[in-house]
Amino acid sequence: MERFLQQVINGISLGSIYALIALGYTMVYGIIKLINFAHGDVYMIGAYVGYFCMTTLKLGFFPSLLISMLICALLGITIEKIAYKPLRDATRIAVLITAIGVSLFIEYGTMFFVKPDPRSYPPMTGFMARSYNLGNLVFSAQQILIISITIVLMILLQFIVKKTRIGKAMRAVSLDRDAAQLMGISVDKTISFTFLVGSALAGAAGILVGIYYNSINPLMGIIPGLKAFVAAVFGGIGIIPGAMIGGYFIGLVEVMVSGYGNSMYRDAVVFAILIIILIVKPSGLLGKETREKV
Amino acid sequence: MVKKLVNTTGNVKWLSPAGKLVALLLALVIVQVLISTNIINDYIFATFVTIGINIILAVSLNLITGFTGQFSLGHAGFMSIGAYTCAIITLRYSTVFGFLGGVIAGAVFAAFVGVLVGLPTLRLKGDYLAIATLGMAEIIKILFRNVLEDITNGAAGLSGIPQYVNWLWLFIFTAGTVTLINNFIKSSPGRACISIREDEIAAEAMGINSTKYKVMAFVTGAFFAGIAGAIYASYFYFISPDLFGFQKSIDILVIVVLGGMGSLSGSVVSAILLALISTYLQSFPELRMIIYGVLLVVIMLFRPQGIMGSKELSLSLLQKWIQGIRRKNGGAA
Amino acid sequence: MLILTVNKLTKTFGGLMAVSNVSMELEHGELVGLIGPNGAGKTTVFNLLTGIYQPTSGTITLYRDESKEQIQGLKPYTICKKGIARTFQNIRLFKDLTVLDNVRIAMNKNVRYGLFSSFFHTRSYSVEEKEVLDNSIHLLEILKLDHKKDELAKNLPYGEQRQLEIIRALATNPCILLLDEPAAGMNPAETAQLTEMIGWIRENFNLTILLIEHDMSLVMKICERIYVLDYGMVIAEGTPSEIKSNKRVIEAYLGEEMGNA
Repeated sequence: MERFLQQVINGISLGSIYALIALGYTMVYGIIKLINFAHGDVYMIGAYVGYFCMTTLKLGFFPSLLISMLICALLGITIEKIAYKPLRDATRIAVLITAIGVSLFIEYGTMFFVKPDPRSYPPMTGFMARSYNLGNLVFSAQQILIISITIVLMILLQFIVKKTRIGKAMRAVSLDRDAAQLMGISVDKTISFTFLVGSALAGAAGILVGIYYNSINPLMGIIPGLKAFVAAVFGGIGIIPGAMIGGYFIGLVEVMVSGYGNSMYRDAVVFAILIIILIVKPSGLLGKETREKV
Repeated sequence: MVKKLVNTTGNVKWLSPAGKLVALLLALVIVQVLISTNIINDYIFATFVTIGINIILAVSLNLITGFTGQFSLGHAGFMSIGAYTCAIITLRYSTVFGFLGGVIAGAVFAAFVGVLVGLPTLRLKGDYLAIATLGMAEIIKILFRNVLEDITNGAAGLSGIPQYVNWLWLFIFTAGTVTLINNFIKSSPGRACISIREDEIAAEAMGINSTKYKVMAFVTGAFFAGIAGAIYASYFYFISPDLFGFQKSIDILVIVVLGGMGSLSGSVVSAILLALISTYLQSFPELRMIIYGVLLVVIMLFRPQGIMGSKELSLSLLQKWIQGIRRKNGGAA
Repeated sequence: MLILTVNKLTKTFGGLMAVSNVSMELEHGELVGLIGPNGAGKTTVFNLLTGIYQPTSGTITLYRDESKEQIQGLKPYTICKKGIARTFQNIRLFKDLTVLDNVRIAMNKNVRYGLFSSFFHTRSYSVEEKEVLDNSIHLLEILKLDHKKDELAKNLPYGEQRQLEIIRALATNPCILLLDEPAAGMNPAETAQLTEMIGWIRENFNLTILLIEHDMSLVMKICERIYVLDYGMVIAEGTPSEIKSNKRVIEAYLGEEMGNA
């Protein structure tokens, strides 16, 4: 039983990471119906920015976190302006191909400059290195940090979306872009803001992964990015609470498969879940069926 | 008796079937001579093989994505099935018949998996289908790397695969693939596939079972990708699961997008171009991928129809092109 | 002689009842109109008839060759094969294909050669392709669009695009033709031409035609009978003159006040 609970804790930690990344996917898909292939790479940049902040600049964790989020936010906005905005009325395949191109550019551009070898985050000191015991269960400080920061960010996100004007604008543009524009909403600014928030969250996930798993490399965004996408689809693509639920679900599934099954299959299981969702209920857990008007 | 080598429809001049046959035979013989006299050495021939494989992969993916409009990001998965099947067979039966049997078996097995994958997923649209096919290819990779380790030797890969691919076989399979797929496009099922790309609902209303034709295109594409994989294994004598991952699928996608989704000759031209660029940039793998990334973005932003759009290379097109160049040079003088 | 009956057809989308208890009858060779204000559910009825939507309840029965068959809920391509063809309210041509190809594709269901012939261009391929080509050109000739057979569909002027939609539907060799607002966006001259064409098609192709239209001059001129839909229900049915003076119809189109005036 304890082993199970320990796995649950691990699963929730991992799930927090997936949730943070999945939120970015889901918000962008909700607003411009694009699978942002480059999103996983924004997460990777977050990890690297955090790395440089904490090693070269010798900053503490929280300043590094903020800088990571900031730089990723700017990166997200830049990508949108350069690559996605001009194609807003193009076919979905065209934008998807562009997203793949951006993704390749970021991955291998990073590799070119920082070399493909994995790097390690500096060992944690002080309170971050501690772990806490509850009976026979172990919580590391990092896990507590990940879970609490994620919860704070998600609450913040919900606040923005539900209680602010820009949040309302995001919801409006997701539902009907033209109508929103007619109502005086600046669609461009709203879309940029969506990318800003989504990318900032991915950046946070990146640096959190850096301190949790320690090792980072330029291609680290591909698989977690895909899994976070599966999470977003599971919960209902375009639906924010869905991404949160999906993230934790995938995190738990992955940890359980590793812990009780064979860790070599964990990626396959996640992809299999994707295939199953897409066949059984593509709109996801919280999603509604939409049909094309003929 | 003069055989007609050129046909004309409307204002467009094409090579007639007889003309094409002549051109193909010439190519076959000339290159064979160059090889036999070692003007084309092993290194250059390796590039030829890469080009041939790329052409087969691009043309088969173009059928699925360019002509039928189904966005597949898992094409490398089918290639790997062809590669492993052929490798395992030829390692056991090291004769020419073993090789040919391996190629056919590889293609058929890939096609079979294409049915398994296609039937449930081809109902999905655009981006969802792309991700589903990507996931499928990853699952296949994991199967070959971990689950089927006993047969495939897992991550270490299979080496010492008998090298049966020479110019003759390469030529036959490459030219054969392009011809067969071109024939398919010009047939009724081919037109049905294209209509699905244009407007699936209208196609259905005109009596076309869109699922049937989507699966048909998908399975055909998978079949030929399997052949490409078998050829790869039977020339480069070593295969491992990681060779056929997402990166490979993207490589093929770049070729198709650059050449023009919906143009077979575009795929051929672009396959040659990118094979040459790859070989040139062999020592700079990151640079190559950066260029590919930029290329994809730039093409989509400025010329989404790629080099050829949905037109095919024809004699008239070549003529116009040459005239255009002459005019520019003449005008400058 | 009956060719199609619709019995208590209903379609709800979530809470919205788009089509409610609609019943209609078509006799072989008739030219029937389906009219009603915007949003009345006319296109939804077409979509139900052609299998794009599944009805929530009700039946659609096709009478052919002395047998009858319920066709509600069948897939669109199956219904097309059974002989019901349609055009679309918003033109759905295969835009980047030629006029000729648009027609040839619609002949797909008549083609018998299989995959092997497609790949290897066998004798049966050559023979049947020539047949399809000849039949397509012939059809275009009858309907006066053959001179543009190599034009891309998207480059045709609007009126000819609508014409091509109809030709394409005819190429599927239907017994019932559903036309969804074929005169939309046309000027009076084009509409007159279209009116003639529809009548001519009905005669020469031995068809039953069901027509959705807003252009009342067209409807009143060629329809023998008219069904009127409002809020998803049939509110009137009869000959053009009966419909013209029907109070409920006038109210539906013009609003209560005019009806009382």
